[in-house]
Amino acid sequence: MDYFLELFFGGLTRGSIYALIALGYTMVYGIIELINFAHGEIYMIGAFTALIAASALSLLGLNGPALLILAGLIAVIYSAAYGYTIEKIAYKPLRKAQRLSPLISAIGMSIFLQNYVLLAQTSDFLSFPTLVDEFAFMEPVSHIMRSSELLIVATTLVCTVLLTLFIKFSRTGKAMRATAQDKTMAMLLGININRVISVTFIIGSGLAAIGGVLISNHIGQINFYIGFIAGIKAFTAAVLGGIGSIPGAVLGGLILGWTESFATGYVSSDYEDVFAFGLLVFILIFRPAGILGRSSTDKV
Amino acid sequence: MTAQISPFIRRAVSEVVQSLLVSCWFMFLTFPIMVIKVNPLERTIDWQWMRLVWIGVAVFPLSFVWRYLMRRKEHGGAQDGEESWQKRVGDRLRTDRKISGPLLALLAVFVVAFPFMFSSYQTQIMISALMYVMLGLGLNIVVGLAGLLDLGYVAFYAVGAYSYALLNHHFGLGFWPALPLGAGLAAVFGILLGFPVLRLRGDYLAIVTLGFGEIIRLVLENWNAFSFGPSGIAGISRPWFFGADLSLGQHTVFLYFIVLILVGFTILVVNRLRNSRIGRAWIALREDEVACQAMGIDKTRTKLTAFALGATWAGFVGCVFAAKTTFINPASFTFMESAIILSIVVLGGMGSIIGVIVGAMVLILLPEYLRAFSEYRMLVFGASMVLIMVFRPQGIITGVKQHYRFGQKESAQEQGERDAASA
Repeated sequence: MDYFLELFFGGLTRGSIYALIALGYTMVYGIIELINFAHGEIYMIGAFTALIAASALSLLGLNGPALLILAGLIAVIYSAAYGYTIEKIAYKPLRKAQRLSPLISAIGMSIFLQNYVLLAQTSDFLSFPTLVDEFAFMEPVSHIMRSSELLIVATTLVCTVLLTLFIKFSRTGKAMRATAQDKTMAMLLGININRVISVTFIIGSGLAAIGGVLISNHIGQINFYIGFIAGIKAFTAAVLGGIGSIPGAVLGGLILGWTESFATGYVSSDYEDVFAFGLLVFILIFRPAGILGRSSTDKV
Repeated sequence: MTAQISPFIRRAVSEVVQSLLVSCWFMFLTFPIMVIKVNPLERTIDWQWMRLVWIGVAVFPLSFVWRYLMRRKEHGGAQDGEESWQKRVGDRLRTDRKISGPLLALLAVFVVAFPFMFSSYQTQIMISALMYVMLGLGLNIVVGLAGLLDLGYVAFYAVGAYSYALLNHHFGLGFWPALPLGAGLAAVFGILLGFPVLRLRGDYLAIVTLGFGEIIRLVLENWNAFSFGPSGIAGISRPWFFGADLSLGQHTVFLYFIVLILVGFTILVVNRLRNSRIGRAWIALREDEVACQAMGIDKTRTKLTAFALGATWAGFVGCVFAAKTTFINPASFTFMESAIILSIVVLGGMGSIIGVIVGAMVLILLPEYLRAFSEYRMLVFGASMVLIMVFRPQGIITGVKQHYRFGQKESAQEQGERDAASA
């Protein structure tokens, strides 16, 4: 039973991280129908910025939760700035181009960012400082769930709720939904499309950075390549849940996390990704638009 | 006088201010990652302020260039003239036999003489470039013609390579019988992938094909009994040449000609396919699925043939790859490879054969000749991909749309068109 619970919470943690990254994918996709391949790189840059900020700040004598929050904040700000800039450079000029051009631009951007961090920093694994101590109240269950895992799950929950509220009730959120539905109509009604798209990239990148900081804190090491795999997995999660749907991204992330966790625990760790992608193919055969995605009929 | 100059000055000042702001923004953006270098072992930090200065200095002029190019692209006043100029030259090259004939002959002589003119190393590079031309042309069938976004194309490449390697390892099968077998197996896998994804569209298709590619790679990596795992298969025999005992250099030349002939064959087939019944069905499917079905085109069969025929070329190239390196392991078949092949197709200009050739040459030869920049080459590579797309979103070579004109000369062709359509 303990083993099962351990796998369950392990999957929950993993799924939460996928969900945080998948939210960025799904929001960007919902608005400009682009698979933002550079999104995984944003997550990696978030993790690196947090590591650098934490190291620099700890020299100033900061530690404990203040360090985590400050380093996390810096990471979020920087990732958001990167997301904003990438959109302006690589995607905005391509808004009227054929559909595959921005995708190639995104792949190019992803290669560029990976090598930028590789050259400016290092190709080795860097150890990430432990920013949170084990919570005292988690002592009795620490063999099942670590404190950093609790932190990840709780943060994801808060972020998702806040994001849902933001999109549902705020003016910008409404503008985002309108843009996703019909860009031309939104423009006619006086919505500043460029601003909405920028905000989407900023929020998505910020969420990815939160994911990056939390998972690095949990695992304890990072390198320039972490964004690539995480990005692909998160995209899988977004599609699994139905791309463009925010609850779908969270659900997809969790399902993916659990699948991987249980497959690793009960079957074999070698085939973890095979199970993840196998599940994706399986679900899409029966629900071609993802679990929560609405399948659209073509109007002729 | 001042009234005339002042708008100019004002504009110049605003441009400079804009560039200054951009340069400050990039200095802010790159600050933590460029300047602060953490040494995790000694827990110390190196501050590299000079890098920040360099970024500021480099971004300032670049931002002028960027804005100038953007403005030119948007207003397109100068570009329109240029486009028509390019088009004129292109048309002239294509249609005027007096020019295109000698040019083609010159190209043919150069291509044939290449391995004798340059070193074995250069020939090796050219072989891989030509291999990517074939991969690009194969993927072009799926993505460019049929409009199915395939991000797992490398899986078929792996199938081809492993079929030759395994058949050679276990049964001692040579290159020549393995070539059609590998291609055939790849086609079978193409159909296997095609079936479950028939109902999917657009980007759902993209992620499933990506997953399929990863599954194949992971199975090859982990199923030790079958594929020898990550250590791969070594000692694959080189192509047989009438029993002659060739030296390594001669083998390279021989392989070069094999690939050259295969590329020629591919171009021939793809060109014929594009204008065939099935080729036009692909294009129709890409343009509008519903209308296509209403016209009586079998969607299932059309999509499956696209997958199968696209995969076939990857199978061919896989066999050649195994024969070229004589050693394969799953690390050669990562997603990055699929991304590069897709980039060849889109970067060169979707749907155009010359475009794919140019794309492959740019993307494969660029990193090779950028070796002078050694560690910066992938950085430059990624940046060039972004820049080419931003400034030429339609690809380097724009695909030539087929026009059917009414007129006496074309009437025979028109007749043929109608026959094919009604058949």
